[in-house]
Amino acid sequence: MTALRARLSGRIGALPLEFELEVARGTLAVVGPNGAGKTSLLLMLLGSLVPEGGRIELGDRVLFDSEAGIDVPLEDRRLGYVPQRYALFPHLSVRDNIRFALQSSGLSGSELETRARESLADLKLDAFADRRVTSLSGGEQQRVALARALSVRPHALLLDEPLAAFDIAARRETRSFLADYLQRLDLPTLVVTHDAGDARALGQQIAVLEAGRIVQCGSWAELGARPASRFVGEFLRV
Amino acid sequence: MNRDSGTRRRSGTRAELAGARAARRRQRLERGLLAGAGLVLFAFMAAPLVGLFGTASWSEFVAGLKHPLVWPALRLSLITSSASLACVVLFGTPLAWVLAPSPRGARLVETVLQLPIVIPPAVAGIALLLAFGRRSLLAALYPSGWSISFTTTAVVVAQVFVSAPFFVQAALSAFRRLDPHLLLVARSFGAHPLRVFARVGLPLAAPGLLAGALLSWARALGEFGATLMFAGNMEGKTQTLPLAIYTAMEADLRAAQSLSIVLVILALALLVGVRALLRSLETAEPR
Repeated sequence: MTALRARLSGRIGALPLEFELEVARGTLAVVGPNGAGKTSLLLMLLGSLVPEGGRIELGDRVLFDSEAGIDVPLEDRRLGYVPQRYALFPHLSVRDNIRFALQSSGLSGSELETRARESLADLKLDAFADRRVTSLSGGEQQRVALARALSVRPHALLLDEPLAAFDIAARRETRSFLADYLQRLDLPTLVVTHDAGDARALGQQIAVLEAGRIVQCGSWAELGARPASRFVGEFLRV
Repeated sequence: MNRDSGTRRRSGTRAELAGARAARRRQRLERGLLAGAGLVLFAFMAAPLVGLFGTASWSEFVAGLKHPLVWPALRLSLITSSASLACVVLFGTPLAWVLAPSPRGARLVETVLQLPIVIPPAVAGIALLLAFGRRSLLAALYPSGWSISFTTTAVVVAQVFVSAPFFVQAALSAFRRLDPHLLLVARSFGAHPLRVFARVGLPLAAPGLLAGALLSWARALGEFGATLMFAGNMEGKTQTLPLAIYTAMEADLRAAQSLSIVLVILALALLVGVRALLRSLETAEPR
């Protein structure tokens, strides 16, 4: 079982960032208010933002190490990335979104087509396969984004505010689908969210982020029983 | 008592009505004033077009087109402007792609690229002569006695110089409109830079690129000053449509007019094309 381990420092504007986290099995939900550094953390792990210092390991691979001068490019990190609003390719069909991912990872021919079919089936997308992604509902788009990210068999999964685009009614349904799906998925997963309810539903472990650092990490029950600070207590009571 | 207040109210209403009518008149007057001022400029702008089309009969137009200057110039214009467009698109698209994500560091480069829009074409011609002409630093690399200036290639060079900024600017804004997450996601699958460029950047920016290409082509087609200075005005060799109009003017105004009409029709078609493309771009924008 691969684990994603990271110890990172950097800054956004004047705010210093200092993170240390580990995701082995299941989902770590990183929760915090806007501006706490959630997106920066995600982009550092992904490899599009260079940390000032620290180290990122994925299983036995070192993705980043400031002292050893290692910085594996984003293209070679093998991290599944589902950004906010999913960033599906609007000019491609559902199937071609997935085929694009598989082609980019170096697959071709019948192997590619088999994998594309598997990915579509896994997220029950067969019925939409030839539709334009722009014609899909939010929940369907999210499934396409998941299928596309997972089709290339990443070693870990990063999700940025996966539920922010939904209204309250659709949110509950999508949230429980996503929670179930991620639980069955045997992959270290990191979800970034500003919503404590989402964090509770999706994360077996929850890391609370405040002003650039993780102030507490644990299960929902642990955080609720012994909040490390007033901020954590207030934030989780939402 | 009751009737009293009633009449007072009615007369009050009448005064209010008159006041409201006056206010409306005033609004109409002011609106008319603004529209009138705008109309003056519009009429002025339309007058040359009316002159160009209104003073020529069909037979005169056809006779003008038979002038010996016309077809060589038209042919040369189409060839050179197509060649310059190809250069501009081939090199301008990667340039814009590279500049697009770095708005701050690219500002100096962008300023240099935009300069040809604001400098007078005659200055551009001199600058091209000094950069690529017989007495330039590059001349040392030319075979002796040869220079790029005053050749058909020089026409293309002048056109590229003046028209590239229009394309690069349009391409830059087209690429900057792309959601950066699309590019990040593509890279996370392992897509390499050329693939991200060709399969995500190009198709999604295509309408903006096409609109820029049309604008740039129109500018190249109309190029006059820099061509005259750097390439000269030699029939069949460097005499493009605008230069042929200039030459024809001296002897045969009708031929100049016919040529001008051809150019205006081409330009109009381009303009309509660009506007249709930009409209489709706005309506096709997701979200």
